[in-house]
Amino acid sequence: MNTRALPLYVTVGIFLLAYLVFWLQFPNILSTRVIGNLLTDNAYLGIVAVGMTLVILSGGIDLSVGSVIAFSGVFIAILLRDTSLHPLLVFALLLALTTAFGAGMGFLIDRLAMPAFIVTLAGMFLARGAAYILSIDSVPIQHPFYEALQKAYWLMPGKGRLTLIGVLMVLTFVVGMIVAHKTRFGASVYALGGGEATARLMGVRQGRTTVLVYAFSGAMAGLAGIVFSIYTGSGYSLATVGTELTAIAAVVIGGALLTGGAGYMFGTFVGVLTMGLIQTYIVFDGSLSSWWTKIVIGILLLAFILLQKGLLKLSQMRLAKGT
Amino acid sequence: MLLSIRSLTKTFPGTRALDAVDFDLRAGEVHALLGENGAGKSTLIKCLTGAYRRDGGTVVLDGAPIDPQSTAHAQELGIGTVYQEVNLLPNLTVAQNLMFGREPRRWGLIQTRAMRAQARAMLAQYGLDLDVDRDLGTYSVAIQQIIAIARAVALSGKVLILDEPTASLDAAEVRMVFDVVRGLRERGLGIVFVSHFLDQVFDLTDRVTVLRNGRRIVTADTASLDRVRLIEHMLGRELEDATSHQALARGPRPPMLEFRGLGRRGMVEPFDLAVGQGEVVGLAGLLGSGRTESAELLFGLLGAHSGQARDQQGPLDLRSPRTAIAAGFGFVPEERKTDGIVADLSIRENIILGLQARRGWARPIPRGEQNRLADDYIRRLDIRTSGREKRIGELSGGNQQKVVLARWLAMNPRFLILDEPTRGIDVGAHAEIVRLIHELVEQGMSLLVISSEIDELISVSDRVIVLRDRRHVAELTGEEIAPNRIMQAIAATERAA
Repeated sequence: MNTRALPLYVTVGIFLLAYLVFWLQFPNILSTRVIGNLLTDNAYLGIVAVGMTLVILSGGIDLSVGSVIAFSGVFIAILLRDTSLHPLLVFALLLALTTAFGAGMGFLIDRLAMPAFIVTLAGMFLARGAAYILSIDSVPIQHPFYEALQKAYWLMPGKGRLTLIGVLMVLTFVVGMIVAHKTRFGASVYALGGGEATARLMGVRQGRTTVLVYAFSGAMAGLAGIVFSIYTGSGYSLATVGTELTAIAAVVIGGALLTGGAGYMFGTFVGVLTMGLIQTYIVFDGSLSSWWTKIVIGILLLAFILLQKGLLKLSQMRLAKGT
Repeated sequence: MLLSIRSLTKTFPGTRALDAVDFDLRAGEVHALLGENGAGKSTLIKCLTGAYRRDGGTVVLDGAPIDPQSTAHAQELGIGTVYQEVNLLPNLTVAQNLMFGREPRRWGLIQTRAMRAQARAMLAQYGLDLDVDRDLGTYSVAIQQIIAIARAVALSGKVLILDEPTASLDAAEVRMVFDVVRGLRERGLGIVFVSHFLDQVFDLTDRVTVLRNGRRIVTADTASLDRVRLIEHMLGRELEDATSHQALARGPRPPMLEFRGLGRRGMVEPFDLAVGQGEVVGLAGLLGSGRTESAELLFGLLGAHSGQARDQQGPLDLRSPRTAIAAGFGFVPEERKTDGIVADLSIRENIILGLQARRGWARPIPRGEQNRLADDYIRRLDIRTSGREKRIGELSGGNQQKVVLARWLAMNPRFLILDEPTRGIDVGAHAEIVRLIHELVEQGMSLLVISSEIDELISVSDRVIVLRDRRHVAELTGEEIAPNRIMQAIAATERAA
């Protein structure tokens, strides 16, 4: 059997098992209502995790995304408040901006051969600072188009609401899967994560790929910012602090190797849902403090890192035996 | 003539790496390219693969002059290369590796099924039937090497350069790769074969070209050359019979160290070992037979699950390299680049590293003392460098190994473990290191030498211990130390190559 897919199976297994256990306790948890909310509440996180997955697959990391989401919200709110631009135009402007921002970071990482950690850490402060400059206060968004977006949903059987942003997240994951697994760009990303020097020898255009990876992540962060602004109906420069770390956690729980080169986009999807599920359970329970979410996520992360170490050992041993 | 190189010249600041070298490659031949480190082999290859641009001369491929600009360009022209370290990606599947950059697509999307089928068809040409959806890294190095060859041939298809492709393979795997190479020769490819293993050169190649100091010394049919002549060409100096199978006869040695039942589950079966003062114990065996693991147990790098060690005074603590060093042990590891040297430090810093660690970092060795030590060893071991402050990473493999040896000699160990001390080192440095081993033993140091080269083991060892399947299976002394005896012990039932 191929050990590469094992973390994915484990992720899916844990998710299903958790769902089963919760369902035995609260049968209501298996309703379209809960599932709809799961998608809606985690839409921005899922979208940003798509970008993060690609970055991590390439062997990098993007710490700027949380700040970029906050910046996006404030940017949209301010522009809608102070100008008469149509929200769609604002969205386009914002996406262009965050994509360029990501591409710029990718360019620096590649050209200056600097660690992605440092460059995107700088990006994190930069984007957060830019958000502060635009506004320190929470800026409400009032626009008829926005109200329409917020109200757009499809009523599933069982009265669950499949919201626009929930659907958008699922679509983003579909796009992410195609990009990662079905294009030469995706193959190049895996190759870079597997070994830069080797990837270059095999014909990967390292510079172009690196810039594109971070541009993609920037675009996803921008899209997540749009979704978050629809979700909250406001822009606030102090929002989504630490979301980049939550996204990284989702990617790792989804079975991707933090060192790059191994993982699946679908795994990240399940990782996001798993984290959402734990939160939902805590809400259902009512007596648990929300800090339990963090503790369970911490335990899950640890378990996955141990699992990956174990798998690595296992495959090395098998190789030594010469199978 | 498939490939014809005329007066190829390449100059680096301070050195002329290639000086008007001529080289011809026929279609359907395997042509060995030999030379010591610094002879110009790798420069010649890099000029062919586009990693370097030549300064002068012409390269004609299939009647057309070429000037490769990059590895990718060289591939387009028809020149593919396979390196010593497999240059494929272990985290991608076999199919992805084979088809990388040429995946069949429809509307920009990779057609996985078609890709798989093409990959399988490619491997079938080499008689391989693999699960192409498995990660490359789950296959043995030999299989990976063949996959690398398959990819290179598919991409280029005229000239295949094999740069020490067998350095990390065992005998059976080498045969497997050679069968593939012979198949390609039948198909009319021109193959350039670079190797340090003369046996393999005689086994596989049709012609030999020897380079020395950037000049071509000779090109001849392999069959018309004998081993001594070839080595003379490479070294440019007379060697006392380098292939001598003469065993040492120094008689019994006073006992010094004794290891009892040392072992680690899943790595090495418990073994007993006694080492005398001034004795050289050789460890023979195939890759993966537990040679390196045995050495690492002795040095405390691997924790032993059983057994103890003692000298004439009492038990020794070998729980970690630190305690082993305190007991007077030293270890020159197999992976020089990663485990032996600190590439970014200077020669001086590398030499004093062990000594300084033993003194403790709070008491630095005075700079004058450091300089004296470094200069002393550079002279004694004939380390070829422009000075003691040169970055060790810039030295050749043989010189790096001498620095690693110097580091231990500075600490004056009583028991030094050498794991493949001559791997990846040119013939000249090779002979020097063997001579150094003899010198150390005369000074009373005890050595444990691990080597895949049986001739080398024989020429240095008082005793040879043979490992097979992680077990110490035989101990040969005196007259018994002969290639065929060792081979038989390694092979046990099956006949040795």
